[in-house]
Amino acid sequence: MNLSETVNTGYFFGLVPLLVFFPIAGMLFNMIFGGKMSEKAIGTVASAASGLTFVVAVLLAYSLSATHGELHQVFLAEWIHIGELQLDWTFRVDTLSVVMMLVVSGVGTLIHIYAIGYMHEDVRFKDDVRRFRRFFVFLNLFIAMMMILVSGDSYLMLFVGWEGVGLCSFLLIGFWYDFNILGQKSTENAEAGKKAFIANRVGDFGFLLAMFTTFWHFGSLQFDAVFESASHHPDPVVISAITLFMLIGVTGKSAQVPLYVWLPDAMAGPTPVSALIHAATMVTAGVYLVVRSAPLYNLVHSTSYIVAMIGAVTALFAATIAVGQYDIKKVLAYSTISQLGFMVAAVGMGAYVAGIFHLATHAFFKALLFLSAGSIILGMERGHHHLAHGHGDHDDADAHHDEEVFDPGDMRNMGNLRKQMPVTFWLYMAGTLALAGIFPFAGFWSKDEILLDAKLHAEHYPGVYWLLAAAAFLTAFYMGRQIWMVFFGKERTEVAKHAQESPPVMTVPLMVLAFLAVFGGALNLPGSHALTHWLEHTIEGVHAGEFDFMVAGVSTVLALIAIGISWLLYGKNPLKAGQIDPLKKPLGFVFTGMENKWFVDEGYGAVIIRPFEKLAKFLSIDLDWNFWHDWFHNEVVYAGFQGLAKFLADPVDMGIINAIADWLAEITKRSSEKLSSLQNGFVRSYALSVLVGVVMILGYLLLK
Amino acid sequence: MTVFIILALVAIITALGMLISRNAVYSALFLVLNFATVAVFYLLLGAPFIAITQVTVYAGAIMVLFLFVIMLLGTDELEDTDNLTWQRPLAIGLAVVLVVEGIYLMLSQNTLGFITTPSEDLGSPQAIGDMLFSKYLLPFEATSILLLVAMVGAIVLTVKNKKGEQS
Amino acid sequence: MNAVPVNYYIILSAILFTIGALGVLIRRNALVIFMSIELMLNAANLALVAFSSANAQLDGQIFVFFIMTVAAAEVAVGLALIVAVFRTKKSIDVDQINVLKG
Repeated sequence: MNLSETVNTGYFFGLVPLLVFFPIAGMLFNMIFGGKMSEKAIGTVASAASGLTFVVAVLLAYSLSATHGELHQVFLAEWIHIGELQLDWTFRVDTLSVVMMLVVSGVGTLIHIYAIGYMHEDVRFKDDVRRFRRFFVFLNLFIAMMMILVSGDSYLMLFVGWEGVGLCSFLLIGFWYDFNILGQKSTENAEAGKKAFIANRVGDFGFLLAMFTTFWHFGSLQFDAVFESASHHPDPVVISAITLFMLIGVTGKSAQVPLYVWLPDAMAGPTPVSALIHAATMVTAGVYLVVRSAPLYNLVHSTSYIVAMIGAVTALFAATIAVGQYDIKKVLAYSTISQLGFMVAAVGMGAYVAGIFHLATHAFFKALLFLSAGSIILGMERGHHHLAHGHGDHDDADAHHDEEVFDPGDMRNMGNLRKQMPVTFWLYMAGTLALAGIFPFAGFWSKDEILLDAKLHAEHYPGVYWLLAAAAFLTAFYMGRQIWMVFFGKERTEVAKHAQESPPVMTVPLMVLAFLAVFGGALNLPGSHALTHWLEHTIEGVHAGEFDFMVAGVSTVLALIAIGISWLLYGKNPLKAGQIDPLKKPLGFVFTGMENKWFVDEGYGAVIIRPFEKLAKFLSIDLDWNFWHDWFHNEVVYAGFQGLAKFLADPVDMGIINAIADWLAEITKRSSEKLSSLQNGFVRSYALSVLVGVVMILGYLLLK
Repeated sequence: MTVFIILALVAIITALGMLISRNAVYSALFLVLNFATVAVFYLLLGAPFIAITQVTVYAGAIMVLFLFVIMLLGTDELEDTDNLTWQRPLAIGLAVVLVVEGIYLMLSQNTLGFITTPSEDLGSPQAIGDMLFSKYLLPFEATSILLLVAMVGAIVLTVKNKKGEQS
Repeated sequence: MNAVPVNYYIILSAILFTIGALGVLIRRNALVIFMSIELMLNAANLALVAFSSANAQLDGQIFVFFIMTVAAAEVAVGLALIVAVFRTKKSIDVDQINVLKG
């Protein structure tokens, strides 16, 4: 594909379609031949497809740095040419999209490898190779769609990827559509998938409106064309509308208030999926969209402020919920929402580099945390399995009963896992410290840059800094709580005592991620600002912020205090089996609220879903069935039609039309009876009639 | 002219005789007479070959064939059961009208030409032969096939029925 | 032998033709009907020869020759048909052959 161009120029821009076609090829290969392949082979093919994508992304990054970060557009195919609308499938290679490509394909590849080990051990996986294959087919499809999203040169192409990753998300959340997390028969995962899809539809609707408005006003969907006409004729009302509609899409895809509710439920998917789609890549698409649309957001300050506030509120709100969660993945899910809030707040304030920086580091450490959590869950599963077999010899029924209620993801069942799973412990610690923002881990630098920007722009974006600082404090606190509960103290269950470490196929990718989580901050260290200079080529007006010891010191101190408090609460006096959370007493109903996610789901249920169901019921039963069907159709249409039919049948059809037909038939019959006597069978009379004709014709000729 | 009128009367009378005779044999004999008269007309018109052919083919072959069939079937007279009583007067009336129309047509116009003393070689067998084998060769050959087919047809019709009768 | 107008021949031909036609119409004996047809053919022949003679063109006589041939063929087949019909119907009355009627 465009290899000759590559050879001619020495750069690799022509290879960009391979970003999409490698994963597609891997997917097709697995779909066609996967049925006869072993698990390892399937996983290897999928990982190789993803890995090759990463290689292409690296080559693109190299080419881009060699050409001073100039924008390259690679035309692949004509797509829609209708009137004013001229859209092609064009790849956009600039510094921003390349960063996204690197993050997606890099983290994606590591997660692919990890998933080979993880999926094999999932309790619900019963050596069903077809299911195994399906998982990797979906993963590859996701990579392809994500690549379309980040490499699209127009809003519509971006939307294709946007919807594609939404579909993959739906498919993968409901991957175990027939079993719940405990391995029981249940459809709750499928419902979680539906919830994610519907919540995303609401957001996508906003995005669609944004696109329609864009096309209506600017007559194009191509990024450069839109931005250029927007900068020439800035119409604040229209641009505000576009950016606000777009914001709805962002809140859906990037799980911001108020549409974030799907993301915690999305943890129903397999853990690699949670890590890849619902922490590292797909959910950051909204952030990417805002950064990509930076020229529009720069034009309207009010919208930017709304974006920033939504991000900040989300960051704090989700962080409070995370404090009250017991499920290890739920904590991470709310943490993800919170961190996405940081990113959105950053890009809302115009700190695009900080947002992207945090996006990248977050992808590293959150993927690390999720995958480590998966490793912990599997370790617990192994311990449980070990115990169940141990008990099974003499008390089968009891073991069976035990199996049904045991939740391997519940932190209250864990404790002191540091001893059983040392590798995972250290990896998890690296992720935690990065997330908590402890110097010098990656999260410290990126979060600090966001806080710095929030502080610097405090007069334009009032309140954002305080919300974010509080969220950062809570982040450190809930992560500390998690660490103390999971890895320290006493084992609260027998299972925790028998937990086992994960195999290298899972831990090695984790180590790579841990390395990135520790040193990822090097991307944009104060002083070098490599990422800032890299993104300068694409995003206008970014500038390297000055490192502020004040901000950094405050946030570090806050984080340390939070960890200290968490140690006091959970580390000093470890939670005992069955003991209620020590926060419950001092905080009272506040903690109850945190525990129950502030009843947002219930609130949505009461405000939106139940009225909606009632309305649907009213529409279906009263309006459609009783009124429309029973009354209108039966009484009005049916009866009216019957009356009309009767009228048409009896007087009109029988009386007039049938009578005419009968009359015609009678006439024909009688005349034919008369006429048939003419054909009397006597040849002579036939001849006579010929003679009559002859005489008459001759007479006519004579008399003429 | 007188010869023509006398001959014409003879022809008409013999034709009527054929028409009126109850007995088919008489009809046949009247017809032979009529054909002979027509043959004389042909001679008058300067067509000796046609006249001779008329006598041999019609009077000779065809009428003999008729007489054979009459005698073969033995039904020279039919019983008098006419179930088309109205046909006869109507037919006669129409025939009269037709004749009147024809005569009026012929007499109302100028003469189409005169039959004068015929040239000797116009209808001579040699002239007819020349023409038959040059200009009308293809129709002539076609008539040979026609005759063959008629012969075969006649044989097939009678033979087949004989068989059917036996079985 | 002085000149006779062709018209007279045509009138004679017409009269003979009409008599033949009349024979077809009023006689029931199939043989007589056949004879009447022969008479009609002859009437036509007479007209043809008369015109041929008047116009000094031989083609008319050739036509007469062909008509005679066709007449001979027709008589052969026709009489065979009559014989065949007689074998089944035991009659040559054409009014007996009236199966084809409405």
